[in-house]
Amino acid sequence: MAASKEAGAGTFGAATLGVGAAFVLGAFLSIYIAAKTHEAAMATHATFFLLFFVFGLFALGKRHFDALERGPDPQAQDGVQYSDGVIRAGVIATLFWGIAGFAVGVLIAFQLAFPVLNFDVSWLSFGRLRPLHTSAVIFAFGGNALIATSFYAVQRTCKTRLAGDIAPWFVFWGYQLFIVLAATGYLMGVTQSKEYAEPEWYVDLWLTIVWVVYLLVFLVTLAKRREPHIYVANWFYLAFIVTIAMLHIGNNLSIPVSLLSVKSYTFFGGVQDALIQWWYGHNAVGFFLTAGFLGMMYYFVPKRAERPVYSYRLSIIHFWALIFLYIWAGPHHLHFTALPDWAQTLGMTFSIMLWMPSWGGMINGLMTLSGAWDKLRTDPVIRMLVVSIAFYGMSTFEGPVMSIKAVNSLSHYTDWTIGHVHSGALGWVGFVSFGAIYCLVPWLWRRKELYSLALVSWHFWVATLGIVLYITSMWVSGIMQGLMWRAYNDLGLLEYSFVETVEAMHPFYIIRGLGGVLFLLGALIMVYNVYRTIRGDVRQGEKLDAAPAGSGQIIATPAE
Amino acid sequence: MARFKHETIEKNSILLLVLTLITVAIGGIVEIVPTFLINTTIEDVEGVRPYTPLELKGRNIYIREGCYTCHSQMVRSLRSEVERYGHYSLAAESKYDHPFQWGSKRTGPDLARVGGKYSDEWHRIHMQNPRAVVPESIMPGYGFLAKTPLNYRDIENDLKAMRMTISQAYSEEQIANARADLEAQADPESDYDGLQERYAKAQVRDFDGNPDEITELDALIAYLQMLGTLVDFSAYEDVVFEQQ
Repeated sequence: MAASKEAGAGTFGAATLGVGAAFVLGAFLSIYIAAKTHEAAMATHATFFLLFFVFGLFALGKRHFDALERGPDPQAQDGVQYSDGVIRAGVIATLFWGIAGFAVGVLIAFQLAFPVLNFDVSWLSFGRLRPLHTSAVIFAFGGNALIATSFYAVQRTCKTRLAGDIAPWFVFWGYQLFIVLAATGYLMGVTQSKEYAEPEWYVDLWLTIVWVVYLLVFLVTLAKRREPHIYVANWFYLAFIVTIAMLHIGNNLSIPVSLLSVKSYTFFGGVQDALIQWWYGHNAVGFFLTAGFLGMMYYFVPKRAERPVYSYRLSIIHFWALIFLYIWAGPHHLHFTALPDWAQTLGMTFSIMLWMPSWGGMINGLMTLSGAWDKLRTDPVIRMLVVSIAFYGMSTFEGPVMSIKAVNSLSHYTDWTIGHVHSGALGWVGFVSFGAIYCLVPWLWRRKELYSLALVSWHFWVATLGIVLYITSMWVSGIMQGLMWRAYNDLGLLEYSFVETVEAMHPFYIIRGLGGVLFLLGALIMVYNVYRTIRGDVRQGEKLDAAPAGSGQIIATPAE
Repeated sequence: MARFKHETIEKNSILLLVLTLITVAIGGIVEIVPTFLINTTIEDVEGVRPYTPLELKGRNIYIREGCYTCHSQMVRSLRSEVERYGHYSLAAESKYDHPFQWGSKRTGPDLARVGGKYSDEWHRIHMQNPRAVVPESIMPGYGFLAKTPLNYRDIENDLKAMRMTISQAYSEEQIANARADLEAQADPESDYDGLQERYAKAQVRDFDGNPDEITELDALIAYLQMLGTLVDFSAYEDVVFEQQ
C-alpha cells in the first residue's frame, strides 16, 4: 500500500483498487455477521464495521475525482510537500477524545465517593465505565496524540512526505473505528477483562491490521528520508510502534467462542496469563506512555526551545537501556502472588535499574533548555513541556520505589498505585501532549501564534493544581488504607474490618474528584484556545512577539 | 575490523528496527518461557477442577460487569492477608482461569475465598442494593441481574472454546452434558448426580430464589459461592504437622 504513493496520488492505482476490494469484502463479511448473530452487541459492531467500509468506499471514490481537479499540496519552505491533513485531523481527534476521557474519569471518581451516581444501570456502572476511561485517555487521547505527532515529526526530520497516499488516512480512520468499537463494547459489557487490553478478539484483530499499516507508513517514510541520520525522536517512535505490535499480539491470543460471538477465552490461563498480561500491561506504560511520548519530547522540546538536544551520547545510552530494561519489569505487578518467586525478584530488580535510563531521558530533556531557561518565564508552552518532564522524572522515581517488594506489600491494591499512575498520566503524558498541541496548531493551520498565551498559562496553573490535589489525596488515602489493612490491636487481631477502610477513603475521593474537575477545566480552556486559533483570531492585548515559536528569534521581554 | 559506530544503526532504518525488536524480545522470553517449562510453577493440588457450566456463565458475568476493577482474587502470602481472607492463593487454584482474575485494585475486599462466607440470600440482597447489608459500601447495585434470564443457548461452544486453550479444560462428556448440567445445578429437584460426578463439590441450589427461570443472578451467585472452596487446606496443614 505504501509503495505506490507519490507517483499517482489520488488516481485509481493498484493501491486504491486493492483497498477498495478489501473494503467490499469487509462489507460483505459484516453483513453476514450482522444477519446471522444472536448477540445484540455483535450485531451492533458488525453494523459499525459495515458503515466504516461503505463510507470508506465513498471516500476512496471522492478522493479520486477530487484529485483530478485539486492541485498538489503546498510546498513548505524547504521544498517538500508535507502531508498535513491527516495530522490536523489527528489533533482534533486528540482534543475530542481527551475531553471525553477526562470527563468519564471525573464521573467515575465521584462514583467512588457517591455510589448513587452509578444509578444501578448496567452501562453506567463503575465496572463498565472504568475501562472506558482508561482506554479513552490512553488509547484514544494518547494514541491519537502519538500518531499525529509521529506523522509530523517523521516528515520534518526526514525532509520527506509521509509514505502512502491512502495509508495514513486508513491508519487515522481505522484507529478511530477501533476506539469506537472498544468504547461502545465496554458499555455493552464486551470485555476480556485484561487491563488496558479489554477489547475482544475481533477488535484486537482490527487493531492489528491498523497497527501494521501504521508501522509500514512510518518505516517507509524513514526509508525514503533525505537526511543521512535518523533523528532520535524517530528511534523512540519506532520502538513504540514495533513493541506495541509485539505486546498486543502476544497478550491477546484467544479462542473465540464462534465467529458470531463477541466472547472469547484467552489461550493462556492462570499464572501464565497473569505474567503475560503484566508483561503487556507494564510495557503499555513503558512503550505507549513512555517511549512514544519521549519521541514527542525529543521533537517538540528542542523545537520550541530552539536549542539542540543536550547530549547525543546520553540519548543513545538511555534509548537502548530503556527499551531493554522496561520489558523485564512486568512481574512487579504480581508481588507475593502465586507467580514464582524468582520471577517476582527478577521483575523488581529490573524495575529498580529502570530508574537510571528513565532519568537519562529526563536529564536530556531538561538540559536541552540550557541557555534558554528564561523562556520558562516568557513562554507558558515551554513551561508546560518542562513541567511534564519534571513529572516524568518524579513518577519514574516513584515507580522503582513501589516495585520494591517491601514497599509493594503496602502500596499494592491501594490508591497509591492510582496516584502514581496519574502523576505519570496527567503530569507527563497529559502535559507533554498539551505542549505539543500548542506548538502544532499554529504550525498546521499556518497561524502566527496561538489565540492567547495567557489562556495557556491559565490552563497550566488550573491543571497543575488539579494534579497536585489528585496525587496528594491518593498518596494519603492509599498509604492510609494499606496501613489499616495490616493494623493489629493489642490482642493481636486485625484492627479494622474491610469496610471501615472504605469509609475512611471518602474525603480523599472527593478531593481527588475535584482535582479531576480542575484538570478537565484546563483541557476545556485549551479546546477553546485551539478553536479560536484555528479560526485565525488573536486575543486583544496579547503581545504577539512575547514568545516566538519556531521563528528563530529570541526576544527578551520582561516578566508579566 | 572497523570500530563499531552507532552511526551505522542511525543510517539504516531496517537495522534499527531489527535491533530494537531483538532488544525488546529478550526480557519477555527469559521471564515467560520458563514458567511453561518448570513443573513447580503450578503445583499439583487435589480438588481443582474446571468450572461447571453455570459457574462458567457466572464468571463471564463477573467479567462483563468489570468486577475485577474493584475486587482482587489473590490472597497474597502476607500475615495480615491470610488472617483476613484465608489461606494464600495457590497457582493451581487459577489453573482453569481464562483469563485470570487476580485483579490489581481492592476498592472492595478480595474475593478469592468468598465462597460459603455469606448465604445465597445475603448475596441476593447485596446485589439488589449493597447498602442494605453493608451501609458503608460504595458498590453499585446490580438489580438487573435477577431480572435478566441467563442466555446459555450456545453453552457447548463455550466449553469447546475452553477445551482449545492451553489448559484443555472439559472432556467430551462434559461438553455433551453442558446444557443438562447447567440446568441441573440451578434446580435442587433435578437429577444432579451426573453433574456432581463430573464436577466434584458442585453446589446445587436455586441460587436466586426464583424457581421459575435461570437468571444471570443464579449464575453469578453459583460462581461466587464456589470461589476458594475446591481445595481442602486442612488436609495440607496436617501433612505439614506430621512432617515436623
